[in-house]
Amino acid sequence: MSIDSIAGLTIDSVREGLRSRAFSATELAQEALRFAEAENPKTNAYLTFSYERALQAARRVDAKIAAGEDPGPLAGAPVAVKDVIITKGVRTTAGSRLLERYIPPYDATAVTRLEAAGGVIIGKTNCDEFAMGSSNENSAYGPVRNPLAPDRVPGGSSGGSAAAVAQGTAVVSLGSDTGGSVRQPASFCGVVGVTPTYGRVSRYGLIAFASSLDHIGPIARNVKDAALLLGVIAGRDPNDATSAFAPVPDFTAALGGGVKGLRIGLPREYFKDPESETAGLIAKALETLRALGCELVEISLPTTEYAIAAYYIIATAEASSNLARYDGVRYTMRSRRADTLADMYRRTRDEGFGAECKRRIMLGTYVLSAGYYEAYYLKAQKVRNLISQDFARAFEQVDAIVTPVSPFPAFRIGEKVDDPMAMYLSDIYTITGDLAGIPCMSVPAGTTSEGLPVGMQILAKHFDEATMFRIAHAYEQAR
Amino acid sequence: MNITEQQVRYVADLANLELTEDEIRRFTHDLSDILRHIDKLSELDTSGVEPMAQVLFEADETATLRPDREAPPLSNQEALANAPLSGQGYFKVPKVIER
Repeated sequence: MSIDSIAGLTIDSVREGLRSRAFSATELAQEALRFAEAENPKTNAYLTFSYERALQAARRVDAKIAAGEDPGPLAGAPVAVKDVIITKGVRTTAGSRLLERYIPPYDATAVTRLEAAGGVIIGKTNCDEFAMGSSNENSAYGPVRNPLAPDRVPGGSSGGSAAAVAQGTAVVSLGSDTGGSVRQPASFCGVVGVTPTYGRVSRYGLIAFASSLDHIGPIARNVKDAALLLGVIAGRDPNDATSAFAPVPDFTAALGGGVKGLRIGLPREYFKDPESETAGLIAKALETLRALGCELVEISLPTTEYAIAAYYIIATAEASSNLARYDGVRYTMRSRRADTLADMYRRTRDEGFGAECKRRIMLGTYVLSAGYYEAYYLKAQKVRNLISQDFARAFEQVDAIVTPVSPFPAFRIGEKVDDPMAMYLSDIYTITGDLAGIPCMSVPAGTTSEGLPVGMQILAKHFDEATMFRIAHAYEQAR
Repeated sequence: MNITEQQVRYVADLANLELTEDEIRRFTHDLSDILRHIDKLSELDTSGVEPMAQVLFEADETATLRPDREAPPLSNQEALANAPLSGQGYFKVPKVIER
């Protein structure tokens, strides 16, 4: 093992390289930073490189190894972190002009935990502004290009995190998912992306978009690395009152356990376009699962067609409230055209937010405004409950549910920017999992005739990530 | 449902957004589009369904309580570090009361 091929490293191969003294964590960090910086013009995946912080983390790993101590499960692994997850002393922009100079005063819990486990954060990744988007074209710092097809989007909003892992500049990365923002870019870039159970990972230090839907989740090149990273960042955190008390199992323990006899539900509402190339690849993947001994069961999740409408009410309502804090007082940017307090608020927000953020703040403010609250917001919360009940009923019959991640593979940059509704509809298969708060993931399921990756989505019961990983791993090994 | 330019101006005011005439026209169109899709929800009978505000899990009633121990908060200096304008340990803003 050497560091010649950073792009092919896994968490295990890094550990092995360190153990056998093929390289030190410091050498690897330096090489990874050099490689990521050289590759970045191709994709624009990174917004900031964290040289100092990476080298400090790497030196800590080397010191532990030298002292004969356990350097941790992520020891030395170069990690990229989406720029909505804050890092003390390292600029965090959320993909927004508003936070161009924002230096967070503390670390997100997920960041603290991954560094405590030996992870080496090499940089912060590009994303749609405040995680609002499905293509990464809403970043104030330019779109990210899909490493497999440079004229196409990497998906969004965690496009930079998915592209970094697909490109091989990071072994694993952190993304965030509110309506599909980890799984959809993972599927578009041909990598593994996980949205854990709501509350499984602390949101402390995740710049808020829609708090009842926001998740931090891992992206990796294989299922085992994703499971390992989730195990590191998961667990109760007193700094996030919504983080769950559920014990965190060793997610890698169940891998390789076999899937014979597992019942897998196929919701007919997610297979409405059987002629598409995506559907063909998912059908092939399902045959593989059947050959592995899974029992495939047709099910129905009848409220699915209302999910987009409910989601865009709830998510924008929460966003309009969460984004109210960017008013020119505390967060670096203030309009120069402000003589009064009211002008300062309005002009800072006008100059700072991009079009999609404004659109969502407007929609969210509208649905919460007097006279509309019941018709929209309350109605959407009731529909959310029905969607959640759909899943609860389905999981009485099946152990997991399998669907496509997206109705289509990566689209061309610019293709959907002028039609917000068309962009929103690309999340049609991923938002339901967020609304119900169940764990779900994308696992690569082959490529189209044009060489574009397609992801298979696996959804499981609350806190049953282990079953989800077991199925994903069995499929990955058999494919 | 269609939204009017007048409503867009009203909502922009509520949201503390100063929009250009161009943005007002564009959002009138976009929001109308989105609201027409959202109107689909009225097809669904939700009588007797509880609104779901949050994903909640079983936990002991006092589970989120912690021991009342002193811990240093973010220092004044750190809290102000990202302020566009500060002084004397405070955030500074343009005048609020006009004479």
